[in-house]
Amino acid sequence: MSIEPASMPAAAIPVEPAPLLAVNNLEVVYSDVILVLRGLNLKVPEGEIVALLGANGAGKSTTLKAISGLLKAEDGQITRGDVLFQGERMNGYEPDQIVRRGIFQVMEGRRIVADMSVHENLRLGAHTRRDKGVKDDLDMVYGYFPRLRERTGLAGYLSGGEQQMLAIGRALMTNPRLLILDEATEGLAPLVRAEIWRVLQRLKDGGQAILLIDKNVAALTRLAERHYIIEKGRIAWSGSSAELKADAALQKRYLGV
Amino acid sequence: MDFHLLFQLSMNGLIVGTLYGVVGMCFVLIYKASQIVNFAQGEFLLIGAWVCWWLLTKYQLPFVWGFLATLVFMMVFGFLLQVIVLRPMIGEPVISVIMMTIGLSIFFQALMKWIFGVLPQPYPPVFSVKSVDIFGLQVQTVYLMAMAVSLVIMIGFAWFFKMSRMGLAMRATSFDQQVAQSLGISVRQVFALSWAISAMVSAVAGVVVGVVNGVSSALSFFGIKVFPAVILGGLDSIVGSVLGGLIIGVLENWAQFADSQYLKWGNLYEIAPFYVLIVILMIKPYGLFGKRDIERV
Repeated sequence: MSIEPASMPAAAIPVEPAPLLAVNNLEVVYSDVILVLRGLNLKVPEGEIVALLGANGAGKSTTLKAISGLLKAEDGQITRGDVLFQGERMNGYEPDQIVRRGIFQVMEGRRIVADMSVHENLRLGAHTRRDKGVKDDLDMVYGYFPRLRERTGLAGYLSGGEQQMLAIGRALMTNPRLLILDEATEGLAPLVRAEIWRVLQRLKDGGQAILLIDKNVAALTRLAERHYIIEKGRIAWSGSSAELKADAALQKRYLGV
Repeated sequence: MDFHLLFQLSMNGLIVGTLYGVVGMCFVLIYKASQIVNFAQGEFLLIGAWVCWWLLTKYQLPFVWGFLATLVFMMVFGFLLQVIVLRPMIGEPVISVIMMTIGLSIFFQALMKWIFGVLPQPYPPVFSVKSVDIFGLQVQTVYLMAMAVSLVIMIGFAWFFKMSRMGLAMRATSFDQQVAQSLGISVRQVFALSWAISAMVSAVAGVVVGVVNGVSSALSFFGIKVFPAVILGGLDSIVGSVLGGLIIGVLENWAQFADSQYLKWGNLYEIAPFYVLIVILMIKPYGLFGKRDIERV
């Protein structure tokens, strides 16, 4: 037997829980003049995988960099709108402050530290952490990518696929609430791609929220809950995997599939 | 040939070389973290030497306490210098910052002359035994201390960069600042720390040279002497700077030997390292250990 709380009306409209990440009306300008994002909106709910799609130059990477606070290095800035993470406004925060709040981005091109070992790269990932779980998480990463454990030389000599695994592993070492991947599988051999998709699926099963860019629409529709197509700095379309799969015209128009 | 003199000079060379190595490491530390060539490195030695001298003569502190207080002072000094003077320059062209370090060098030279005068000042006697006999070679006690301290510093550096959290963060920052930031590393903190460590460790060398030769503005020339050492080792290699320091130290003493025994030109000692510098830049511009980037796509 259950007792309804008195304050809750019987026919209440279900209130959507606040998303983990909300990007509202975001406008980003490079070098003071080049308008790249023109009022972009998106949401990443807790525990979901969200994909950004769109042509080259549409503003996908810029969106991710704006969320992670990495625009400044490229002379870009947010001129309007908000990035809200767990309700907190993140605009203007330094990248390290954003990482400390739980957003971690694997940047395009892997960007592992080439003159460090695999192990040092992973330890570097745990830079912001002071807790005792770092060693367990190292084992977890080696569990996801067993071949990394065998590589003892400099990370710069790893194959491209191994570098991407290391980059993802390093990201996991930060213990992120939201994992961001810019071009998760670009330029990798098919077997390596499959391995990375499998790991992302396992992360999803574990409740990890992920926001990612990739060109492989088929794999994304299997993995992600929600998709946003960006065109000219705005969201041109958004919907579920089923909706994206069903709409051949949409895929043809925006994604050239 | 006077072998005894040759050995004695070689020994001196190794000892002075470790000091070059230590200062070289400090120089490389700043360069690696921020790509800034610090022309005020020699002034760190000078300031450290003067501060320690002042604590020892004015307050009659025992050497150990004066020395430790100097290190603390220099650490704070390096930190504040970065935060107040150099931090506003982040994002400006590196060449502007380098010009600024030249300005700082001139400024601190003048400041030290203003505060402490232009006359060289001897340190009060630090060790009761001035020199010891090692295999028939006379070695100043302070040099032995310098060797020991230098070795400790080098081992400390190795541990720091290999094992510690901030050491890894500094290496990551030197590799790629954007990557470091994306990993949650505060690049500002890393810069400030690199200047603090660099100033502090340079002061060790400053005090040692001050104890041997007395303190005067000539001491900051040491900072220029370090150039051949770090260029030889590779501007971005900590290990290279130590080795480069040792080689330059021995080489200049050998030059002294050749000069005093045979050539009789005078002062070859002073300029030999710079001939080496020119030759290295011509045949091996990255130095012995300098890295070209590993690239893999």
